[in-house]
Amino acid sequence: MALKFEVLGKFNRARAARLALPHFVCQTPLFMPVGTQGLCFRLQALSIESTSSVCTIKGLTNNQLEEIGCQIILGNTYHLALRPGAELIDDLGGLHKFMNWKRALLTDSGGFQMVSLLHLADITEQGVTFQSPVDAKPMLLTPEESIQIQNKIGADIIMALDDVVKTTITGPRIEEAMYRTLRWIDRCIAVTIFVIFHVISWAHSRTAHKRPDEQNLFGIVQGGLDPVLRVNAILIKAIISRDICVRGMVDRNLPGYAIGGLSGGEDKDSFWRVVAQCTAALPEDKPRYVMGVGYPLDIVVCSALGADMYDCVYPTRTARFGTALIPEGLLKLKNQAMANDERPIDPTCLCMVCKNYTRAYLHCIVTKDPMGSQLVSYHNLSYMMRLSKDLHTSIVEGRFPEFVQGFLRVQFPRGDIPEWVCNAMEVAGIDISTCCAP
Amino acid sequence: MRFAVTRACGGGGGRARVGALYIGGCTTAPIETPSLLISTRKGLPTFVSRDHLATLPTPDSLLLHVSPLHFLDCPSSKTISNIGGLHRMLGLHEHFFVAAPRDSLESLPESEGTNKLGASFETPCGRRLVIKPSAYVEKIASLKPNLWASMADEVPAWVSEKRNKTSVDRTLRWLDECLALDPASGKTMLGVVVGGSNIEERKHCAIEVATRNVPGFWIGGFGLGENVEERSALLNAVTDNLPEEKVRFISGLSLPEEVLQGVASGIDLFDSTYIYHLTLGGFALIFPFKILDHNNLDFQLDDTVGDRTKINLRATIYRKDTTPIVANCSCFTCQNHTRAYINHLLNVHEMLAHILLEIHNTHHYLGFFRAMREAIKGGKFDLFRHRFIESRRIHLTSAVLCS
Repeated sequence: MALKFEVLGKFNRARAARLALPHFVCQTPLFMPVGTQGLCFRLQALSIESTSSVCTIKGLTNNQLEEIGCQIILGNTYHLALRPGAELIDDLGGLHKFMNWKRALLTDSGGFQMVSLLHLADITEQGVTFQSPVDAKPMLLTPEESIQIQNKIGADIIMALDDVVKTTITGPRIEEAMYRTLRWIDRCIAVTIFVIFHVISWAHSRTAHKRPDEQNLFGIVQGGLDPVLRVNAILIKAIISRDICVRGMVDRNLPGYAIGGLSGGEDKDSFWRVVAQCTAALPEDKPRYVMGVGYPLDIVVCSALGADMYDCVYPTRTARFGTALIPEGLLKLKNQAMANDERPIDPTCLCMVCKNYTRAYLHCIVTKDPMGSQLVSYHNLSYMMRLSKDLHTSIVEGRFPEFVQGFLRVQFPRGDIPEWVCNAMEVAGIDISTCCAP
Repeated sequence: MRFAVTRACGGGGGRARVGALYIGGCTTAPIETPSLLISTRKGLPTFVSRDHLATLPTPDSLLLHVSPLHFLDCPSSKTISNIGGLHRMLGLHEHFFVAAPRDSLESLPESEGTNKLGASFETPCGRRLVIKPSAYVEKIASLKPNLWASMADEVPAWVSEKRNKTSVDRTLRWLDECLALDPASGKTMLGVVVGGSNIEERKHCAIEVATRNVPGFWIGGFGLGENVEERSALLNAVTDNLPEEKVRFISGLSLPEEVLQGVASGIDLFDSTYIYHLTLGGFALIFPFKILDHNNLDFQLDDTVGDRTKINLRATIYRKDTTPIVANCSCFTCQNHTRAYINHLLNVHEMLAHILLEIHNTHHYLGFFRAMREAIKGGKFDLFRHRFIESRRIHLTSAVLCS
């Protein structure tokens, strides 16, 4: 296996770990910036389909990313396969070499983008069928092909193609998605010449994942939500679906696991419960990646519940609207109140932007000049890296509850902590009563 | 600020000179001229953040042009003053800012709107902006640039003689107004010389401005439609009537050939938009400038698309080109990235492409200026200029012969 995961400290379910990947040794919990822009924004801004970019973080250079402590960045297989193309990347020596990124990379399967972006995308047992955005020809992305593309790209962690369902969907589709995902993971894993440490081996003869000793295949746990208050047959199935999926994934002994199907507008109460359910069932000694999360508060809660890795377009996307992330929450730099505010974005932040620029100046340039979006992106990503580091260090140093309490107090100075957070912290075994209003 | 001419090309009536601009602060090494003013938008380069700016050649890259008009809306003069002026506001403490309203990109002199009260500019907001000397000086006082040009009435080449004459009178009047309003009495002011395409007016204006007690001059009104052939005579009419020992800035001469023309007439510093336009267009500079090193110059066409000045990195031939933009270029971009990667970034509309291009193009153009200075010091400026221009013509000739 191309991954070593070593837990260095714990507090109940929360853990801080050392994640050794082929290109970099990381510390978890960690946030991974996304090299792709969420397409909705781009479509509005540019009115061109499929213009998302890959493998550059909104205006930051590699050395800037390293400086702020970025450990893994996420590349989007769908976009990379379109431009510049998997073959080209392979010919030029893989994505690391192409973009000259020395640390770790993670690619997703491409499935999510297809389903959300493409016209007439549909999922069948074979794979994801869609219309090519280039010439509208019908095309098919199979689990095998997704893996092959990702092999060519060469990221440290690759994702299995899963049958993604919208979190708000209910009914038999959930169960179908869950079982299909399991069948697809088998096709993803399928055969390779496994360099095996374990007794379980899959003796298939077709080749799919060719590089198990250089790349790590993560499985994705799907299975819908269970809105707690609505107990009926279909919805109980949703929970059971997740359970079955988790167990199925665990049985296959993958290097790590992702929790998918969240971050799609589901209510927060369902969100945390699914994360809790999955982390409880997933093995302790493998990393857990919650896809598409997210807001700093969500990351703190998920970490308390035992998750390790996160990705989201939010920090860079919101930067382009002039919104900065600060410990208190959000700072809307476009607001007229900022026009004469001589403070930095965040007086406690040590990033290049906060050390050199005032809110007043940034107010002038955000949404108007490219430098504005560059600087706020830089700060927002610095914030996320600092949050990651704080999570890791506070757990290792045995002061995680204090960190969580401090975090919540600053975000909710009036003690109006949302109920879902309180419920989640109870399950996580963290006492936040001192942060809540009486 | 101190300026001294250190080498005049002399002989044969050459006006090109090398100078040393001491900018003070922590920077003890002078900036050698002729050199480039890096263009900015609200004080910062368009794409290059301060940490990458610091990787460009110093002290050359410490010189920045800034337009006070970019700050008319915000922040307020009071806020700018409270923050401590440009250097503090932009996090560029060691840099040297030269302020002039015209930036040839966003704030374009709009002579029809200009009247006796103030100068008019086209701005990106679409509206015309008329600014009075008093408002201008107030903004300057809050920004605290190292040097600043007085307000001018810059007119395009095609205006009537009468309008042109008015522009000279008005510019002189505004110069005196700025001097009177300036708390430092012009210690950091640059007197602006205009005069359009009229040699007599140019001469007259230069002589007048030279009588004011200012440390240097800003030559305006070029790059606004004048004939390239006429330009040298007009430039000489100005520089011949300005004191030798004081520094001369100019805007509107952007391209290498135009810069060479300006240097030949004795100009020291150039506000050029060349890099900006190249960068936005996806172009990267590749022209060789160490052209005095070869005795026998070989100008065969290589297989790069386009001329030998620049390459269009959007072109598909670069898709798999894993070489840097220019071999052995020591800029951040060439040390870290390939033509293929930048081609990809351009195709997917990523800002990083422009950041990398602006870094390289600025680095390259600064190298060009350095080569010019070496040529002047070696007494070979005319040869340098001739060879440079020939090298671009040869390419065109070959292209014609091949077709």
